Amino acid sequence: MTRENVVSIVLLCGLLILPFVAQAAGYPFYMTLATRMAILAVAAVGLNIALGLGGLVSFGHAAFFGIGGYAAGVIASHAMNGEHLLGFAVPASMPVAWLIGMLAAGLVAIVTGLISLRTSGVYFIMITLAFAQMIYYFAISWPAYGGEDGLSIAMRNSFPGANTARPSDLFLVSFAILLVVLLFFWRLRDSRFGAALQAARQNEGRVAAVGIEPFPIRLVAFVLSAMITAVAGAMYAELNRFVSPSMLSWTMSGELIVLIILGGVGRVVGPVAGAFVFVVLEYWLGGLTERWQFFLGLMLLAIVLFSPGGLMGLLAGKARHD
Amino acid sequence: MTEAVLEIAGLCKRFGALLATDNVNLELRAGEIHALIGPNGAGKTTLMQQISGVLSTDSGSIRFLGRDVSNLGVAARARLGLGRTFQISSVIPEFSALRNVMLAVQSRQGTSMRFFSSTRSDRSLIEPAMENLVRVGLADRAATAAAEMSHGERRRLEIAIALALDAKAFLLDEPMAGLGPEGTKALTNLLSELRNVAPILLVEHDMDAVFSLADCVSVLMSGRVIASGPADEIRKDATVRTAYLGGGA
Repeated sequence: MTRENVVSIVLLCGLLILPFVAQAAGYPFYMTLATRMAILAVAAVGLNIALGLGGLVSFGHAAFFGIGGYAAGVIASHAMNGEHLLGFAVPASMPVAWLIGMLAAGLVAIVTGLISLRTSGVYFIMITLAFAQMIYYFAISWPAYGGEDGLSIAMRNSFPGANTARPSDLFLVSFAILLVVLLFFWRLRDSRFGAALQAARQNEGRVAAVGIEPFPIRLVAFVLSAMITAVAGAMYAELNRFVSPSMLSWTMSGELIVLIILGGVGRVVGPVAGAFVFVVLEYWLGGLTERWQFFLGLMLLAIVLFSPGGLMGLLAGKARHD
Repeated sequence: MTEAVLEIAGLCKRFGALLATDNVNLELRAGEIHALIGPNGAGKTTLMQQISGVLSTDSGSIRFLGRDVSNLGVAARARLGLGRTFQISSVIPEFSALRNVMLAVQSRQGTSMRFFSSTRSDRSLIEPAMENLVRVGLADRAATAAAEMSHGERRRLEIAIALALDAKAFLLDEPMAGLGPEGTKALTNLLSELRNVAPILLVEHDMDAVFSLADCVSVLMSGRVIASGPADEIRKDATVRTAYLGGGA
């Protein structure tokens, strides 16, 4: 077994077991922290497809995160008030919210991807940011779902076989999603599609010269990436029982990029390591000082300067590229 | 005379006031190596880029395997079988030599939209890729990252990639550039055999290599073909000698 596999398994087992240990020891709040880690990790795994494998630095993934969040919030609020959504009685169920969130985010990603993927580098960063800001201001100015104030979720959507009001159940659902998307990312990376995507990141001209069009490959990657991030957004709204335009703000996009850089760009469990550190810093340092992000910045700086492979690079060595 | 695999007629390309390709006519027939020579700035690379589809064409036509490809993109022309190497070696640096060739095999199979099955144990990719590495003598370097290969090895890797595309014609842009005498000799032998796989349009500055390999030579000057014909005739041609070969070749 490679070192990377060992590190990955230890990380995931730690994330699964520690909150239950803490709960048994009388610290139930850690369950919520662990859920937050898992959900942020899912969002970052999504972004890691575009950014890590494809080299597409999307600075607008908060849009997809927020779309997922609103999907969960809107469904919950309609079900609560017994109203139909676009003429359908949509059940207040998480899988339905994920599906709707994925569809909506996927559609937005197709449209924005068709335009933004014609650019590269800093222009791509700015265009994705611009699209996300458009959606942010749209949410602010849409009074039906709370506008600037956001939308509370009085009762979480349901998941078959689980009591989603119970923190440990919500955590297990989130953790299961994380496992599924990690598995998906891992298979995708080693697949033919993944080979073409990673090759296009490194040398677009060469990919075209062997007869593969980079554009559709990137577009599909961007859409898959958006859909996964949308599921994370839905779960984030469920966890907080609240969705607001802040989920769509550009700082959220930045946080997702920070998670990936902290964890290790393009590494399978990199986002998990990144989310772990991020949430721990946010909680402990945030308790000590309001300026905890100063220390996050220092850490990011240290990682970028001394370990460009992120925490996974430190823990598991260089990525394998054979 | 066999029919031309690649047929270029009246090709032009203008960059502002500069006519980089000026009414070029050229034919590449099965089994031959056609060398394109000329001083720096003559428009050789521009012409190669027009043929491969990187640059668009202002007027004229490019026919490949009897089909007008003038309006096709780079990837579409590659899929038809235009196998290209670059003036500066162009490979996927983080991929091993084997994965570089596997990418070409996967393109030829038309299967880049497979998301789940791993390529690491996929024999339908690995075996043909390995075969082509063996053909260019890189079998023992299969697991080496392209970025860590020597300049000469990357040259051969590019040829293996073109072979894996099942190329119907090779476009080789200065394959000898930067190679030592040993490397040039080895590559000359390889290209000599390669012509039986598919004809080669060869841009090259190494005149020894050109005249030992080429069946046919065209001389490009300021975007125009000033002479074209069998290699020995071109070697004797007075205008070519004054224009390019410096009179002493």
